[in-house]
Amino acid sequence: MGSITFEEILDKLKNYDGEEVHIMEVCGTHTAAISENGIPSMLSPKIKLISGPGCPVCVTVTAVIDRLVELSMEENTIVLTFGDLIRVRGTHKSLADAKADGGHVRMVYSPMETVKLAKEDPSHTYVFAAIGFETTTPVYAMVLEEAIKENVKNLKLLTSLKTMPEVIRWVVKNGGGIDGFIAPGHVCAVTGSDTFKELSEELGIPFVVSGFEGRQLIMTIYALLQMKGKTGIKNLYKGVVTEEGNTKAREVVEKYFEVSDASWRGMGKIKGSGMALKKEYADFDAGSIGLDEDHMPPGCSCASVLVGKLKPYECPLFGKACTPDNAHGACMVSTEGSCYNYFVSGRR
Amino acid sequence: MKITMAHGSGGESTSGLIRDIFAKHFHNEILDKLEDSAVVEGCGRLAVTTDSFVVTPIEFPGGDIGRLSVCGTVNDLLMSGAKPMYLTCGCILEEGLDMDVLDRVICSMAETAKEAGIKIITGDTKVIENKGGESGLIINTSGVGFISETLDVPGPFKLKDGDKIIISGNLGDHHAAILGTRMGIQNNIKSDAAPLALMVKGLLDNNVEVHAMRDVTRGGLGTVLNEFCESSKCTINLYEEKMPVSPAVKDFCGLLGLDPMYMGNEGKMVLSVAAKDAEKALSIIKGSKYGENACMIGDVSKNDGSADKHNVILNTKIGGKRIIGLMYGEGLPRIC
Repeated sequence: MGSITFEEILDKLKNYDGEEVHIMEVCGTHTAAISENGIPSMLSPKIKLISGPGCPVCVTVTAVIDRLVELSMEENTIVLTFGDLIRVRGTHKSLADAKADGGHVRMVYSPMETVKLAKEDPSHTYVFAAIGFETTTPVYAMVLEEAIKENVKNLKLLTSLKTMPEVIRWVVKNGGGIDGFIAPGHVCAVTGSDTFKELSEELGIPFVVSGFEGRQLIMTIYALLQMKGKTGIKNLYKGVVTEEGNTKAREVVEKYFEVSDASWRGMGKIKGSGMALKKEYADFDAGSIGLDEDHMPPGCSCASVLVGKLKPYECPLFGKACTPDNAHGACMVSTEGSCYNYFVSGRR
Repeated sequence: MKITMAHGSGGESTSGLIRDIFAKHFHNEILDKLEDSAVVEGCGRLAVTTDSFVVTPIEFPGGDIGRLSVCGTVNDLLMSGAKPMYLTCGCILEEGLDMDVLDRVICSMAETAKEAGIKIITGDTKVIENKGGESGLIINTSGVGFISETLDVPGPFKLKDGDKIIISGNLGDHHAAILGTRMGIQNNIKSDAAPLALMVKGLLDNNVEVHAMRDVTRGGLGTVLNEFCESSKCTINLYEEKMPVSPAVKDFCGLLGLDPMYMGNEGKMVLSVAAKDAEKALSIIKGSKYGENACMIGDVSKNDGSADKHNVILNTKIGGKRIIGLMYGEGLPRIC
């Protein structure tokens, strides 16, 4: 940042009095870090932070949850899932509801555990809910690699895998008014910052790659303020993110997955915005194709929140009918969801 | 040897189990009588509490369900300003439970009770069928404590303007130890399960003006302080740089997306102390067993009648502010 001190940056952000600036973070971990550090309280009211569609749980359509619920009720089938997905409601039920109704749902903490579970219990089919972005997809690829190596045939994936660039294009076209993006640090670590450099030129909006420390997020917001109206990418997360990214992770993903269209909660199908299992690995698929239906609960404004058209608290259900204990939309369930974060930290 | 349904029959197997494990470890002049009920001396004001303990795994780094079942109830008594006196022990055992595990757990209960200065005076054992999975046990303990006639019993509605908030040590160790074990994550985190009897005795003996005192268990510090604010109609300002969290727990939380502010502990308490006594209280706690990492982490300001929100506000390291709201859900690890 040249000769300017951190304190001077804080002062400039607090007292900024220029044209209103809209900055979007497209990573759920950034959303959580912004709230945890109390960053909104440090900014001028003219700097608006918007939470984009970067929390994997929040962008999962109800058809995927419904399919998992259905599988959990099948005899001899056990659904394995990571943490917060369990509480997201499908059309009628969440996996937590299914579990209470006798469905077979188990929470896993480590992906490789899934291979071990399946191997030790060949009398059941294990279905792993493979939800995530570029950051998590390599992990699912590793799971497949291990399952094949160990000759485990009773482990399947129900995939709902998304990628960033296409949805960012979609948000810019359909949401609009965004002056800068905080590029997703972990995603960039895999894809490389060059992916977002091209996107910046195309959309005419600057990107800054940020880590997750409070100080770095402040520097990122300041950098975006300086870059307003320009294009280009600045990488403030150099220790982790390189221009070319993690080629090894991409190679293992490309071995098992291919680019596909994907359905996003409240946004519909976006061309080329996802990853699906390659045909030769169809035996590992638990029925992920065609899961596009999306039944948003009445009044739920997740869609507008995810593209930045509405602030979470502008949704008529926010904090009234919809709270983390009785979440209508997925954004209120996940600890990375924008509604959840606005609600628990009193962010406005 | 394993627990079988016969151990719950009421016959010789039951007597043997009680004699060989429970009576052996819990031995004292009241319990040894093995009467239908224990008959004990009382006092003018009693504190009475009960708690049930279910934890997987039964034994974990830094403790086990036995130690937990004593600490939980003893600490609840202490938080009312009571001297812990008597404890009951109800055990529900699942058939198939390893007898050696049970012996270790009951031995650990007896040792912890001794450390806490409380007597286990009566107990009960039942055996239930194993419905699949690893065999476990559930423990219920009820505790009785004596409260001095002159003590102004602390309570969450007694916080005063200018009070200082003190936490007796690092946050989140128990929660992280249990979760880490369940998830198979290797680290050196140990549960903090501990009875806080000496610490509380030190405060009361030295007449520290404690307005509110609470052990920080499930729901974590955030939950306790919200209750303080709501009951006393006040705002609590916390300072992030003063929050004691061990580097290992901090990394663990970072990895899983958990907030130490909402993580459970089993040997920590938080106090709201009159400002004039705050330094004295801190030095007593720091000088007590289990209190070496104690910190003064915040202060209390009383709201005027017009304020409808009574908030816990965290002043972050980089100079931001955020509201520490109530905890929702179970604190599930996130996906990415």
